[in-house]
Amino acid sequence: MFGLNSKDSTLLILVAVLALFAPFILNPFPEGSALAQFNAGYPDLMQRFVIFGIFAIGFNILFGLTGYLSFGHAAFLGVGSYAAIWMMKLLTLNVIPAIIMAIIFAGIFALVVGFISLRRSGIYFSILTLAFAQMSYALAYSVLTPITGGETGLQLKATDTPLLSNLGPTEIGRANLFGLDMRTSYELELGTWLFTFNTGYYIAAVCMLIGFYVSIRIFRSPFGMMLRAVKSNQQRLNYTGLNSKPYTLAAFVISGMYAGLAGGLMVAMDTQVGPERMFWTASGEVVLMTILGGVGTLIGPVLGAGMIKYMENIISKINDNILHQWFAFMPDGIEDFLVTIIHPFIGKGWHLTLGIIFMLVVIFLPGGLVEGGQRIGRMFGSGKKADADTGAADTKPAE
Amino acid sequence: MEAIILQILNGLDKGSAYALIALGLTLIFGTLGVVNFAHGAIFMIGAFCAVTLQRMLSASKSFIDETQTDFLGNPKKVEVPYLHDWFGPEVGQSIIEWSVPLAILFAIPIMMFVGYAMERGLIKHFYKRPHADQILVTFGLAIVLQEVIKAFYGANPIPTPAPPAFTGAFDFGALLGFDPNTIIYPYWRLIYFAFAALVITSVFAFLQFTTFGMVVRAGMADRETVGLLGIDIDKRFTMMFAIAAVVAGLAGVMYTPINSPNYHMGMDFLVLSFVVVVVGGMGSLPGAVLAGFLLGVLESFASMAVVIDLVPGINQIIIYLVAIVILLTRPRGLMGRRGVMED
Amino acid sequence: MSKSNFTRRGLLKTSVAAGGALAMPTIFSPSWADGHAGFTNAPQGSTVTLGFNVPQSGPYADEGADELRAYELAVEHLNGGGDGGMINTFSSKTLDGTGILGKKVEYVTGDTQTKSDAARASARSMIEKDGAVMITGGSSSGVAVAVQALCQEAGIIFMAGLTHSNDTTGKDRKANGFRHFFNSYMSGAALAPVLANAYGKDRKAYHLTADYNWGYTTEEAVTQATEAVGWETVNTVKTPLTQTDFSSYIAPVLQTDADVLVLNHYGGNMVNSLTNAVQFGLRDKQVNGKNFEIVVPLYSRLMARGAGANVKGIFGSTNWHWSLTDEGSKAFVQSFGTKYGFPPSQAAHTCYVQTMLYADAVNRAGSFNPCAVVEALEGFEFDGLGNGPTLYRAEDHQCFKDVLVVKGKENPTSEFDLLEIVEITPRAQVEYAPDHPQMGGAAATLGSCNPGA
Repeated sequence: MFGLNSKDSTLLILVAVLALFAPFILNPFPEGSALAQFNAGYPDLMQRFVIFGIFAIGFNILFGLTGYLSFGHAAFLGVGSYAAIWMMKLLTLNVIPAIIMAIIFAGIFALVVGFISLRRSGIYFSILTLAFAQMSYALAYSVLTPITGGETGLQLKATDTPLLSNLGPTEIGRANLFGLDMRTSYELELGTWLFTFNTGYYIAAVCMLIGFYVSIRIFRSPFGMMLRAVKSNQQRLNYTGLNSKPYTLAAFVISGMYAGLAGGLMVAMDTQVGPERMFWTASGEVVLMTILGGVGTLIGPVLGAGMIKYMENIISKINDNILHQWFAFMPDGIEDFLVTIIHPFIGKGWHLTLGIIFMLVVIFLPGGLVEGGQRIGRMFGSGKKADADTGAADTKPAE
Repeated sequence: MEAIILQILNGLDKGSAYALIALGLTLIFGTLGVVNFAHGAIFMIGAFCAVTLQRMLSASKSFIDETQTDFLGNPKKVEVPYLHDWFGPEVGQSIIEWSVPLAILFAIPIMMFVGYAMERGLIKHFYKRPHADQILVTFGLAIVLQEVIKAFYGANPIPTPAPPAFTGAFDFGALLGFDPNTIIYPYWRLIYFAFAALVITSVFAFLQFTTFGMVVRAGMADRETVGLLGIDIDKRFTMMFAIAAVVAGLAGVMYTPINSPNYHMGMDFLVLSFVVVVVGGMGSLPGAVLAGFLLGVLESFASMAVVIDLVPGINQIIIYLVAIVILLTRPRGLMGRRGVMED
Repeated sequence: MSKSNFTRRGLLKTSVAAGGALAMPTIFSPSWADGHAGFTNAPQGSTVTLGFNVPQSGPYADEGADELRAYELAVEHLNGGGDGGMINTFSSKTLDGTGILGKKVEYVTGDTQTKSDAARASARSMIEKDGAVMITGGSSSGVAVAVQALCQEAGIIFMAGLTHSNDTTGKDRKANGFRHFFNSYMSGAALAPVLANAYGKDRKAYHLTADYNWGYTTEEAVTQATEAVGWETVNTVKTPLTQTDFSSYIAPVLQTDADVLVLNHYGGNMVNSLTNAVQFGLRDKQVNGKNFEIVVPLYSRLMARGAGANVKGIFGSTNWHWSLTDEGSKAFVQSFGTKYGFPPSQAAHTCYVQTMLYADAVNRAGSFNPCAVVEALEGFEFDGLGNGPTLYRAEDHQCFKDVLVVKGKENPTSEFDLLEIVEITPRAQVEYAPDHPQMGGAAATLGSCNPGA
């Protein structure tokens, strides 16, 4: 299908099905039940899952294939976001031009940064990319305030008058796709379950599927082979008379464009940009997503992104009050004891939980979450199938 | 002129902190080949050793004083440190005030243990793993460590002043023949610089002039060969990890009077110290120290008002700009060795 | 503990009770009763959900924790628990311990991380998942402006927490957003006369300013206000937000003939720059025959603790302090102190007050509809909430009230007793026109209120 072998087609279809039914899959618990706290099927988080999934897929094209560890990828996301919001402020509230501009600007910026940074390899490369991203962040926060809005960032305002959109005098524009508001949702009640189907989410999901498809094609192409060659032994590659730089640069720009797409989509879903989006922790986050999920695997980065965003948005919202409700059926003493035990790991302690999970995953599942999936698959005696599901069979990190 | 001298002093002082942390990082890179993202957290733990000692020394017995009232109008709970009881208020108080210098002694065994435990308990399982895994696990560890500290000490900075004897500033101007009060520099910052110089020299002397150091240096150059010679290099590398932890920890202890410590100070320093290490060149100890001081001095100059007026925003980006320029002109940083962390 | 739920649709429960396990596609929630529908997250059933979005991680986590304590206290009081706190002293008497409009108040919490993206993600989850009808909290202006804009789009009321930048109710003001906290302009206007009084009118000031929006507005406000009383501004230098060691910014002050250093820093920046300035012996210095002085325009007691003894004798301004002796403040300190064992911070105070003001506005409006709430709050005059007679101005949704000028206490009697009140600057002195140039000029507009769905 679409020039993919059967294994990859299965994977793509699986991802498409997951994306299509995400509103169901992510909302397994009925409204009003104690476990509803763990539901993730609301528009904002679903959008974040796919957007950061795109970001991580793109990052994995660079890191997973070439082994070049960029520590400044958030800068491309940020540049894409700024480009997108300016398109919306100046030209049109339709998200398509905004997203296209986001990709273009991020691509150009990635070309510049990549051209310079790729003159070095290993950790020297990482620090160069980090330096560019940190400079972008610092400048966007301070002296570039007239363009970036500084600390308070940019939002759509009543004073914005995009050329192609007819807005009332005090009307604040809304991102749309040919008139279809990104925030419209269709809510489906099935018994006590409530499922939300959000326009923005599905648009982002389509983008992710396209991105995922392109990523599979790259992984399986001669170009992808060349990138893997760079990872396994760049010197030998150079000795054969091949100049690897154009290939790595292309990979760098492509992954920068993925970051730009993610940035553009973030603005399309939620019309706001702030400079923290480019801070080194944001760059670090995508590295962690990729490693957590499984470097060099197709689906891994998406899983890693989902995991981290889930922790950030769900665990951080559990508070003592909720714990008391969960354990209300127990005797008071035990209830308080359980709450005391769990308290450090929830709410403000979500970072702690995240840190522990990082450590546990990397200690016990060296290949990331994907390996976890494979092990579970093997446990049920169908190892082959698990490999196919994760697409990791022949893309294991070549370390 | 006075301004320039002052900024050089500032630069050396900032550089001391960078150099100490970078030195420890490089020791770990060089010996164990591990990218240790938890090194900033070790610095932070060192600083909290000082806080902990301060808390321990000011451990108090409390009693209700009926004559005073607290903010709610209830009888006030008055706390008196045990030390005041034991040694009298004056001596007791001055012991508490000296908690930061005393914390150096307190911190050394703790930091050695922290380093040892980290290496034996976690890092050693990651020598053969890809750098990506090392980054993930040490970053996870860094988060866990800082969250644990936050859980105990809160998120706010905690004041840990230097002993009164070291507060105030030294008048360099008078010494060098300038107008008095134009070049003054805080005593504690001078001590910090001297302390950093001492630690750095001792580490170098240790590696250069002891057999242990020689073996370690040999191991850094070629681990396998040293191993084949029948030397238990792993044990020595564990020691080096502990030493690196002590160096970072002491840097943290001594830093507390300069800026009140908080739980995220490690992360604040982490990225900068990586930049310092890489600019210095991977695997080079003198490189790390040199880069630390160089970036410190340049950062100080870039923060002068005249420079900012000339190039707005330069103070925001100077370190990264310098890093880019150096890495582009010198492929392996200032003194990097070929082949270390280049793939 | 109660067995309450965090439902998006209280209606769901009833529909199940009726055995309605049928698929019932709806685009918007079905109307419940007139005046209780037609806006986002119209509360159904017997409860109403508020969203408390505060920094729980990052440098302002302690401030966020204090805000959360205040919110929990406010919810307790609204639902009739505790001693009622400021409900008893509030000049409006619609709150009676039966919740808001007879609905029991429930709440959800989230972590802003003091990042606008994270804050918006958290706020959106409260709106989309938990059905919060009002969002409040925060400890930085970047977050406040970002979340305020979000609430405007979504049709939710935003009651800002601690945010001091002029922009929140200046150039970035929004119809659905309200700020009780004071702002940079007010700090400058309140401080300048006190400073002129204490240090003389012939002073030369050197400013160090955090290089971001809040720093800019504060620097602008303080320089204009001090220049109006005759001070001269020698220099203003921007410092990066991520700076931890300020020595290289402080040392050059020694070479100038400035005799006052103004630190337009907040939080960790303030603690470090103040500590560094004192280290450099600036406070022992004599310039032009005068004592060198340091000023911190915005004080936070929680953060001042981090600077230890260095705050002694240093002037600044604050929105509220627990040592105030009016009835409202006393009632609040009493109930907060009894519950948690220490006095509340100004962040806790403003958050508590905002919750009360919102609840009261809903009661007076008779509806949770944001537009009705906006109408009830605009031009609302009240008293008894700790700051004296206060006005929620209709033009920019900023509260106008007295401002406290404080000074670091020389002999603190406890770790909470760090500031002493020097002067309570009357409201008239800190008022300004809604189209003041510092507030975005004539271009700044609230827009119209948005009820959402």
